Amino acid sequence: MADEVKIVDARGSFCPGPLMELIKGIRQEPVGTVLEVWSSDSGSAKDIPEWVRRAGHELIQNIEEAGIYKVQVKKTR
Amino acid sequence: MQKVVILGGGVGGTIVANQVARQMGTELKHGDIEITVISESHDHVYQPMFLYLAFDQVVPSEAKKPERDILDRHVKLVEATADRIDRDAKAIVMADGTTIDYDYLVIATGSRPSPEQIDGLPEGGHIFYTEEGAIKLRQALHDFDGGRIVVTVGVPHKCPVAPLEFTFMVQEWAHSRGIGDKTEVVYTYPIGRLHSLEPVAKWAGPVFEERHIESHIFFNPEKVDPTQKTITSLEGETLNYDLLVAIPPHTGQDVIGRSKLGDGGNWVPTNRHTLRMEGSQNIFVLGDATNLPISKAGSTAHFEADIVAANLINLLRGGLGSMQYDGKVFCFIETGMKTATYITFDYTTPPNPPAPTEMIHLYKLAYNRMYWLTPAGLL
Repeated sequence: MADEVKIVDARGSFCPGPLMELIKGIRQEPVGTVLEVWSSDSGSAKDIPEWVRRAGHELIQNIEEAGIYKVQVKKTR
Repeated sequence: MQKVVILGGGVGGTIVANQVARQMGTELKHGDIEITVISESHDHVYQPMFLYLAFDQVVPSEAKKPERDILDRHVKLVEATADRIDRDAKAIVMADGTTIDYDYLVIATGSRPSPEQIDGLPEGGHIFYTEEGAIKLRQALHDFDGGRIVVTVGVPHKCPVAPLEFTFMVQEWAHSRGIGDKTEVVYTYPIGRLHSLEPVAKWAGPVFEERHIESHIFFNPEKVDPTQKTITSLEGETLNYDLLVAIPPHTGQDVIGRSKLGDGGNWVPTNRHTLRMEGSQNIFVLGDATNLPISKAGSTAHFEADIVAANLINLLRGGLGSMQYDGKVFCFIETGMKTATYITFDYTTPPNPPAPTEMIHLYKLAYNRMYWLTPAGLL
């Protein structure tokens, strides 16, 4: 399970938005799952890591590729 | 004969059925095509009315009509429960074992509130996303004599503006009842601002301050203690309440799970532009049933239904069905008992809500009565 990366394609999502899509993904996947959120909003590079820290999950990667912000998170609890 | 089956008699499914029926009336009468809607509910329900039901402004009968009365008379209606979708057989297997074949399928099964996902919430809190829940909340508000009202929001949820609407409305309601001075209104939200839409969040901040509404961000409800009357977030914060009103987390419908077509939440993987189920050419998905990262709302289903209906008509007449959905959503936002604003956006255009006015509020109230023209395919 830990090796599988589930893509959460939240590009163009103004509502509910990339972070809410990540929370949805984390709620419905088992512990150990790695999710990678794709966002077209630069704010995601900041607000997703902040929530991940507060919620006690693990931030694995936070990069930008051709205007797409890709944040990888492991569900740890 | 080409057979179109629409699974779900909500706003999206009903619009598709009526639009195809209206534009292909000749083919329907000649038996060249057949349209069947499968719905396990006798009534078509306009769910936004539940918000007003909780405040005793409407009664349940104003929120529903028989689905048969709304559907074009040439559309078949099967009022029964579907057990599963059998893609290999291109058929819906019903709970009674019978089957309904399709050439084209529209999955319009919607979502359902799942308060049971949060420990203690069904016992300790209220919801207004179902008729039964809104009636219970109506009584609780009627009996409320002041105290701490906590509004909390689960993920994912439909009608993303409802949490703010309820918060503004209950605050004004308490003042109008003369218990405003002894009522605290507390709002929690799962992410780091007051609403997912940034302009709405920026607008709401000063309004919260002016109306003395307490807010807690990064608050994802995890458990409720009905005895101690507390709610705790997965981020570790605990709040006391006298009256808890939750926008519960939602899931896709169980028929999606039984059909093994969904993800972990029973949402159907869907192409964001073509609205076809991923990996399929003859199955469309719309409304809350999709896994798309857009608002779960009747408005979304409405705009998607326009595209699905146009593509179905085109395909049934030998075309390629290549119209694309641009992510359009339009929603009213009640900002109290007397004013409202609205938002509209798509995949590339962010929302920019105008200042709230009484006129928009009155239009929203008028739309609540005009709604029946929408599933009829007229508005």
